[in-house]
Amino acid sequence: MTDKNEGLKEIVEALQARFDADVYEFRSETSLIVNLEQIVDVCQALRDDFDFEILAEQSAVDYWPQQSPRFHVVYQIRSLKRNLIIGLRVPVEGDAPTVPTIEGVYRNANWFEREIWDMFGITIDGHSDQRRILMPHDWEGHPLRKDYPLGYEEVQFTFNFDEINDRKPYAKE
Amino acid sequence: MSTEISRTSLNLEPAALDEIKHLISNRAIEGETVLLNMGPQHPATHGVLRLLLELDGEVVVNCIPDIGFLHTGIEKNMEAKTYVQAEVMTDRLDYLNNIGNNLVYCLAIEKLTDLDVPPRAQAIRVILTELQRISSHLVWLGTHCLDLGAMSLFLYTFREREFILDIFEMVSGQRMMTTYLRPGGLWRDIPVEFEGTVREFTGLLPRRIQQYDDLLEKNRLFLERTKGIGVLSTEDALSWGVTGPMARASGVDHDLRKSIPYSGYELYEFIVPTHTDGDTYARYLVRMEELRQSLRIVEQALDKLPLGPVRSNNRKYVPPPRSELSTSMEAVIHHFKLWTEGFSPPKGSVYVGVESPRGELGCFIESDGGPKPYRVHMRTPSFTNLQILPLLAKGHLVADLIALIGTVDIVLGDIDR
Repeated sequence: MTDKNEGLKEIVEALQARFDADVYEFRSETSLIVNLEQIVDVCQALRDDFDFEILAEQSAVDYWPQQSPRFHVVYQIRSLKRNLIIGLRVPVEGDAPTVPTIEGVYRNANWFEREIWDMFGITIDGHSDQRRILMPHDWEGHPLRKDYPLGYEEVQFTFNFDEINDRKPYAKE
Repeated sequence: MSTEISRTSLNLEPAALDEIKHLISNRAIEGETVLLNMGPQHPATHGVLRLLLELDGEVVVNCIPDIGFLHTGIEKNMEAKTYVQAEVMTDRLDYLNNIGNNLVYCLAIEKLTDLDVPPRAQAIRVILTELQRISSHLVWLGTHCLDLGAMSLFLYTFREREFILDIFEMVSGQRMMTTYLRPGGLWRDIPVEFEGTVREFTGLLPRRIQQYDDLLEKNRLFLERTKGIGVLSTEDALSWGVTGPMARASGVDHDLRKSIPYSGYELYEFIVPTHTDGDTYARYLVRMEELRQSLRIVEQALDKLPLGPVRSNNRKYVPPPRSELSTSMEAVIHHFKLWTEGFSPPKGSVYVGVESPRGELGCFIESDGGPKPYRVHMRTPSFTNLQILPLLAKGHLVADLIALIGTVDIVLGDIDR
């Protein structure tokens, strides 16, 4: 376990020498906080120079009402050869959020990034196929944002049954 | 004339066509090839998967998967529940791997809260996840062969799967949505008849696997439908992030149970089967061998099953046993706090990956220090693996596409979440 962490430490130091990145450690996991502009280069360096072959996970977190940075886009990249995993975090501003695509480095980022666009409304710059993936194509809003209500069904009682029934979203003819 | 026919067969609104224009070839727009909808209600799509196919005669030119028909907002719902309440949502992700889903969620919480799990609970977790892997592979085998026209096998595999579901019912009271694994251990200990029943099953299954092999391995129809179909190269498997039996059949020797052992997998001896052909038949061979290896793990875990508690003693996260409630005031307080407010892990985020029957199943949890998870993302193997379907299907016949959907082994509940 210790030599494994040392292997990761070397990589982190080598990356910090080349890029402007902060380290965040929690429960034996190491994450780098990377600038928006450098994320593609960091991924490229991880894949080509340090054998991180697989993009294991890509997702986002919304810290609303905090506006700057409102979002973090989170990456987990795995190296099979060295048996390591490294996390990357990209802070994104809440006003017109955009993040560059890493599809050119890891091709399976395609669907992950479509999901991030669909769920958080973060535009993916340079994405080959930016459509909604899970929600219907004419859906309004981005469900996993913290200011998006969870939604519930109003309880009907005898005295207000018709009143609520009128505004229930039944399929219209 | 032929242009007219294919134009009507498009049957898409102009706006909808604009949206997918970059994914289909010019020949489809000119009307030379046909766009055809397959699904979402199609028995061979294993759920509600819609494929938009561009066909040149019977040959697939392009294949555009359209998912989301089973989207139920599980991740959003989990944010509104306490950590323990949210666990029931994980059962409903991948409905063939319920215990594996519970496992990855519990492991993530245990990492977040730095909670220890007693060895007996870990061994039982291993036995149940391996049984779940067997049952999932049996469903895959049955439905895959059903798609290829071998109907009788489906009946046999579901007979054996029923045995496993009965074992789950015996330990948890539920056949599928068990929620038996809890943060810090298990819901309760296994009943006395558990060991005997599992041994009966492990004694019976090798003969049955041999029967399946006899039916398929030298069956010319099966061989011609699977050999050389949908070849996935090692480079493609890596760059598309494919994991699990799909990747192992393409020569990627990677199994999280071996490389980053969790729940005490390092205690058991087993082989990670790999193959280099990367076709549908290789994936069949890899999964069949995994069935046998899972049986080996179950037997070893049963032999070594330690005695002791099945839940952690950390009362800040794990409720006290019922018997303590009448004698200890502290236990009453903990019980009350845990079941009304829930526990609050420290601020931070963790990512844990486990090997599900389909590949790497990951759970990312971000905690803001409150009793509800701030953000949960489930990295599901079917979601990533389905992305390569267009790559595999190009140039094959529609009939082979059916075999390919079966061999990717998707679960739509897992994809759409």
